[in-house]
Amino acid sequence: MNLAIRTTAILPADLVTVAGERAVCDPRGVLYFPELSLLAVSDLHLEKGSSLARRGALIPPYDTAATLARLQAVIADYAPRIVISLGDSFHDGEGASRLHDDFRERLEQLMAGRDWFWIAGNHDPDAPADLPGETVRELAVASLVFRHEPSKGQAGGEVAGHLHPCARIVQRGRSVRRRCFAGDGSRMIMPAFGAYTGSLNVLDRAYAGLFNRESLVAYMMGKDRIFALPGAMLRAG
Amino acid sequence: MFQFSLGLPARSRYLWRVTAKPRPTDESAEIRLPEPFVRWFATKGWAPRAHQMELLAQAQAGQSVLLIAPTGAGKTLAGFLPTLTELAERPKRRPGEGHRGIHTLYISPLKALAVDIERNLGKPVEEIGLPVTIETRTGDTPAHKRQRQKLVPPDILLTTPEQLALLIAASDARRFFEDLRYVIFDELHSLVTSKRGHLLALGLARLRTFVPDLRAIGLSATVAEPDELRRWLVSQNPLHHAPPSGLPAISPSRGEIRPTLAPPSIADGRERVAPRKLLISPLEGEMAGRLEGGVSASPAKDDRLAGLITVAGGAKPDISILDSRERVPWAGHSARYAIAEIYEAIRQHKTTLLFVNTRSQAELLFQELWRANEDALPIALHHGSLDVGQRRRVEKAMADNALRAIVATSTLDLGIDWGDVDLVVHVGAPKGASRLAQRIGRANHRMDEPSKAVLIPANRFEVLECRAALDANYIGAQDTPPLLDGALDVLAQHILGTACAAPFDADLLYEEVTSAAPYAGLDRQTFDRVVDFVATGGYALKSYERYARIRRTREGLWRVTHPRIAQQYRLNIGTIVEMPELNVRYVRQGRVAGYGGRVLGKVEEYFAETLRPGDNFLFAGKVLRFEGIRENECIVSGGGGKTQIIVPSYAGGKFPLSTYLADQVRAMLADPDRWHTLPEQVEDWLRLQREKSVLPMRGDLLVETFPRADRHYMVAYPFEGRLAHQTLGMLLTRRLERANARPLGFVATDYSLAVWGLDDMGALFAAGKPSLGALFDEDMLGDDLEAWLNDSWMLKRMFRTCAVIAGLIEKRFPGQEKTGRQVTVSADLIYDVLRSHEPDHILLQATRADAAAGLLDVSRLADMLSRIRGRIVHKRLDQISPLAVPVMLEIGKESVNGEANETLLMEAADLVEEAMGAGLAGGSR
Repeated sequence: MNLAIRTTAILPADLVTVAGERAVCDPRGVLYFPELSLLAVSDLHLEKGSSLARRGALIPPYDTAATLARLQAVIADYAPRIVISLGDSFHDGEGASRLHDDFRERLEQLMAGRDWFWIAGNHDPDAPADLPGETVRELAVASLVFRHEPSKGQAGGEVAGHLHPCARIVQRGRSVRRRCFAGDGSRMIMPAFGAYTGSLNVLDRAYAGLFNRESLVAYMMGKDRIFALPGAMLRAG
Repeated sequence: MFQFSLGLPARSRYLWRVTAKPRPTDESAEIRLPEPFVRWFATKGWAPRAHQMELLAQAQAGQSVLLIAPTGAGKTLAGFLPTLTELAERPKRRPGEGHRGIHTLYISPLKALAVDIERNLGKPVEEIGLPVTIETRTGDTPAHKRQRQKLVPPDILLTTPEQLALLIAASDARRFFEDLRYVIFDELHSLVTSKRGHLLALGLARLRTFVPDLRAIGLSATVAEPDELRRWLVSQNPLHHAPPSGLPAISPSRGEIRPTLAPPSIADGRERVAPRKLLISPLEGEMAGRLEGGVSASPAKDDRLAGLITVAGGAKPDISILDSRERVPWAGHSARYAIAEIYEAIRQHKTTLLFVNTRSQAELLFQELWRANEDALPIALHHGSLDVGQRRRVEKAMADNALRAIVATSTLDLGIDWGDVDLVVHVGAPKGASRLAQRIGRANHRMDEPSKAVLIPANRFEVLECRAALDANYIGAQDTPPLLDGALDVLAQHILGTACAAPFDADLLYEEVTSAAPYAGLDRQTFDRVVDFVATGGYALKSYERYARIRRTREGLWRVTHPRIAQQYRLNIGTIVEMPELNVRYVRQGRVAGYGGRVLGKVEEYFAETLRPGDNFLFAGKVLRFEGIRENECIVSGGGGKTQIIVPSYAGGKFPLSTYLADQVRAMLADPDRWHTLPEQVEDWLRLQREKSVLPMRGDLLVETFPRADRHYMVAYPFEGRLAHQTLGMLLTRRLERANARPLGFVATDYSLAVWGLDDMGALFAAGKPSLGALFDEDMLGDDLEAWLNDSWMLKRMFRTCAVIAGLIEKRFPGQEKTGRQVTVSADLIYDVLRSHEPDHILLQATRADAAAGLLDVSRLADMLSRIRGRIVHKRLDQISPLAVPVMLEIGKESVNGEANETLLMEAADLVEEAMGAGLAGGSR
């Protein structure tokens, strides 16, 4: 086994633009728009563990705790005025009602003092039970529209989730797969944030027609930084 | 029989056995052999062999027995003789009497072996005229036949460990096995070393609960510690079969009461006398006896040991090391230099079996041989990734003597009957003395004729290793690995299976489980935690009570909560968890979209993912062109052309050098008097090393430091195998980094380890910053190991295996892969969440235990570090030493491993930035 060891200074989170709006593409998986003081996070899938446990897969019941802890960290860093949860915030319709009281409290603390929007997702089409915040189908802010499922065809200024993008490159004969933000300058699809969420390669046919292939960039999530790789370098599968 | 060790280190597994007290052979005549058998042996012109009669005697005396014998000793017949004689004398079934249950269960590690035995056993049964039915039950057995077997069971059922697990998890298990008298384990030495063996041991314990006087017969090749196998065969917990408070055992399936068959309990502390009936064993009252023909036997003097019968090897094998005309390379594993000589050997023999250590080597060797195959000799390829149909065709061609040579991996290790092989060629080092002996045993199935074998070392260190293995083989040394404690993930699977069959009482199940040798040391608290895990996941956060898979009833029995649980259990049974694989489908070039085409076998997903359409790679003995991945298939067409050919690599399959051989190699290096047995070029190499640097004493660790180009190197020679060296490399680089020695990377081989960096490590060590003693201190196995382990991709991979076996996540089935990724939760994510929220969870505990024993070889590393304390020899050099060349040649050759993903991404991103400027990442930075 060969292991190259290299130390690099941690780069500041990368700045990107979506339809002219500047945003920080944070390697922890959130998008922050400084001019709007707006933080977007997608596909939290809270209570996925208990959702699967109902069907006999007793995977550890700590996903909600893990997801909330990470969310807490980014919100503490950016202190946004507006938070948009881009849909599939809960893994199923009853997810919010299964939420442990401790977690409910933590979530409410995070929400306090800011505008919080729940975008309806396919997993959670209705407003989460007994939680503040406003539930909407989509939300327009400045030149952007935030919605759960990306709209078909070219759409200027869209920020969406739903697809759980990841990207894969092959370097030195080894394959590296990471979650990513996928963008072409006018649309940005966000990675899934939830602790138990899987991912789907941006070259999969589910993404067909969403991006201008020449300008597609996968912002792959590293440990401490984003690696921006052009569509031409990506591999399917 | 007594044993003494040869004054090797206490941990060495090398034992020498001497048999004492000869026993008159004519006494064997007392053993009862039914008349038809006597006639049959007579018509064949044979006499029953001593070990066959001895096994019969011990089994008839009610004892479980371990038979250790080389291939060709008539092991199978010996194993079945007690069964066949008993069945021969069984009264005919009266009209109206119900069907009898299974009399004997035979379990082998391979489906193919079960099928083979059906054929081989059927013949004598027919010739003797026995009214005995024999059937197989494997994964390939059609459903209607399985169903019929449940209703009308055969007398002898030949099956695999997984099928046994399924049978005992069925609701009719107790009734199905109530007539069972014998269970025979073939190739026991290979069954017991894995988690499969753990599951099987638990299965045996279950069978003993059903049938307390069940006799187990183990058939095995020679092993280092026969007592481990003897314990494995019998109950280790005297409490286990004692019927509660003297009540007769109740057979709940029929509700009838029958007298217990259990031997007297030893609950009162008295030694239990092995129950003997009918005939007194001729060995009664003696410790051991020597029978004719190199057979020795000892009945169980301790009721926690099965009886032992050992048949000494037949004629000494004729093994040599190829003394090549060509130059033996410094490094590498291909042995390409010797192809002409190997081909010549094939030409001079009837059938040659060529063993290699990995599937990649098999593909390469096969390719090279065909390049040299001027006479177009029929040479075939056989390894575990090839399509089953293809493998069966090769096996059949071999049995029919239609092949001149077969290139094979360990898939051919086990005792299947293979035509007339008259030469075994072992390419690459054998890695273990016992492994070598077992492989060479394949060469000849008649034990009285010598097997002939040639070892082909692929590089210079392998010459030393081959020499050590050959010497060991000559003196009969054994270095089979020690048995490990039963794995907890396997126990979880078994507990759920037990509940699927019928509600269980935790106290009784604990007694049963601890009667199985691998679990004899399991404490009650851990057992209860595993039960808790099976029930609700065993999490400290008790939020899954309402989703429990098993639940305690008011009567105190654990019962499955939903029939669905049992269905899921049956789909996920077993302990073999494959890496995700893709079928390799062969189509016409450019026809990716179409369907059809032949399946050649399987490659691992991660390998297929590194290919680009148009890449050529070597598989199934062909050069294939990669067309693309479609669903769970890797589509290929006929390759060729001038592009570079890639050889797939496979996870696992690389055996580390055994501790015994490592010690022997160190001994050989330290003793110039033994060098004359080595080829001249190797001898010269060692002599040169002695001149330019130093050769370490047997117990020492040599560490060399030297500059080369603009780097500084440290090369250490522990000879502890690649796995232990990799772990050591990870830990050393961490420590060097902390000491500001600025290490850049490392590479490990089976023999040595090289670390390189920017600073002169030699100077640092000399100045004691840090000292070598401190660098190699055992405390590295504490926090450093813990910290590194937690992030290691290897641990994640092991966690996945444990999670699947324990039933936390389901196995992936073909066709499910694509959707699977989105619907289920990947094991890696579960691992991360569990580790940060409940680091002491039972499944993480099981994973760490696996890691310490297996992939990371931590225990071996610990032994090494304690052995070399105060015995590190540091040699500062101006330039690379002769001994360092092999490992230095490996630098940059092997691909960077999982840990370095971040580095690879950085490289790729840097490349892009360099080519396109910084603009891309930002859009408008």
